[in-house]
Amino acid sequence: MNVTRGFTGRSRARHPGLPPGQYDAGDDWPVLSAEVTPDLAPEEWTFRVDGLVAEERTWTWAEARALPGSVYEGDIHCVTSWSKFGVRFSGVSLDVFLDAVRPDPAATHAVAYAHTGYTTSLPLADLRGGRAWIAFDADGAPLPPEHGGPARLLVPHLYFWKSAKWIAGLRLLDHDEPGFWEQNGYHARGNPWQEQRYSGD
Amino acid sequence: MTDLAPAAERAPAPLATRFAVPGRIAVDAPQAGEWQPATLSAIRRETDRATTFRLAVPGWPGHLPGQHLMLRLTAEDGYTAQRHYSIASAPDDSGHIELTLDHVEGGEVSGWFHTEARPGDRVEVRGPVSGFFAWPGDRPALLIGAGSGVVPLMSMVRHHRARGLDVPLRLLVSARTPEELIYAGEYGPETTPVFTRRAPAGTAVGRLSAAHLAPVLAERPAGGWEAYVCGSNAFAEHASRLLVAAGQPVDRIRVERFG
Repeated sequence: MNVTRGFTGRSRARHPGLPPGQYDAGDDWPVLSAEVTPDLAPEEWTFRVDGLVAEERTWTWAEARALPGSVYEGDIHCVTSWSKFGVRFSGVSLDVFLDAVRPDPAATHAVAYAHTGYTTSLPLADLRGGRAWIAFDADGAPLPPEHGGPARLLVPHLYFWKSAKWIAGLRLLDHDEPGFWEQNGYHARGNPWQEQRYSGD
Repeated sequence: MTDLAPAAERAPAPLATRFAVPGRIAVDAPQAGEWQPATLSAIRRETDRATTFRLAVPGWPGHLPGQHLMLRLTAEDGYTAQRHYSIASAPDDSGHIELTLDHVEGGEVSGWFHTEARPGDRVEVRGPVSGFFAWPGDRPALLIGAGSGVVPLMSMVRHHRARGLDVPLRLLVSARTPEELIYAGEYGPETTPVFTRRAPAGTAVGRLSAAHLAPVLAERPAGGWEAYVCGSNAFAEHASRLLVAAGQPVDRIRVERFG
């Protein structure tokens, strides 16, 4: 153990919801994106699911908003070490979209892509079972553009770079195809509880 | 990067999914690497709020200008705190790296650096990480930063200077006052400072504007500018909108936001 002289740190009363190596950002919700925030109106937004599916589909804003709603209320974790507790997102469960396109049994992974060109790769299993959403609102208000509005992917059990802002679609694949940060040295899965930050973790 | 054309106008994409702005370098697993001991070798005050900490890292694998690292402090009882920081120094600084940290009110890690740290103290670092904001010194670089957002850009300026590179490089750096301008004594003709609250006599006071960008963009270097924007989210939004409005291609703008 390499002790740093004079460092005591904050209170040891650790929030049980805080994964290893993370700190509580409190009321802050830092913005981290490597691109220019797009000027994307809800009427221009679409969400498509294609690749290894029985029936490719594209939803417009109105069509997506008409689907049965679902809420995630819980924590989010950024790979840059901040976590934010008790955020309430509302949107539509990704299961609703995936059930509609009927994934091919050979599909094992997905690339989520944004209207900006951002991509991130995920195991399909992480997008199933009520653990992923297309989110339209956060804490009762429309998602601000800098946080991915009008709609973002939400996969809160993984580091937040997986929750692609300005989500445009999912492509289902039979292999893992690294996305933007995954090609830039970040972990393929990104489970915060196993501290899977960088490839090799 | 795709543009914002309506879905109907977008050609059906093939199964190969390559949408994003590419990283500047390939980053493989060993580069993020293991935690390594680092010894504080010097402390240099930059402004009232910002201080540079020089670290000897014998096992440092090297970095490119613009990359960052993770830094970890460990208390007697094993408690640790870690943060990401941009690297301020140029790559050719054998076995040493420099970080310039703002003193964040109540900051758990920056607070230790600004109130406790002294030469000889030991911390741990891991990195470098991320190839996206890196600049290998190849393309013409238009750097735009505010406050401590200038830190990774300064690594690029220092690299450009140390290597005597011919490729064009320009820095627009915004600070509230001359006293708050980090690295004020190091800038050369490549740099245009912008002061938002108070400026030296003869220099206008005001926010970064299209008028600051116009002469630089008009230079039109061969291959075009690769723009690197770094600062608070508000500044990054402002600067990147100015760039887009002035015609800089959106896929030639790399943004690093300080949370």
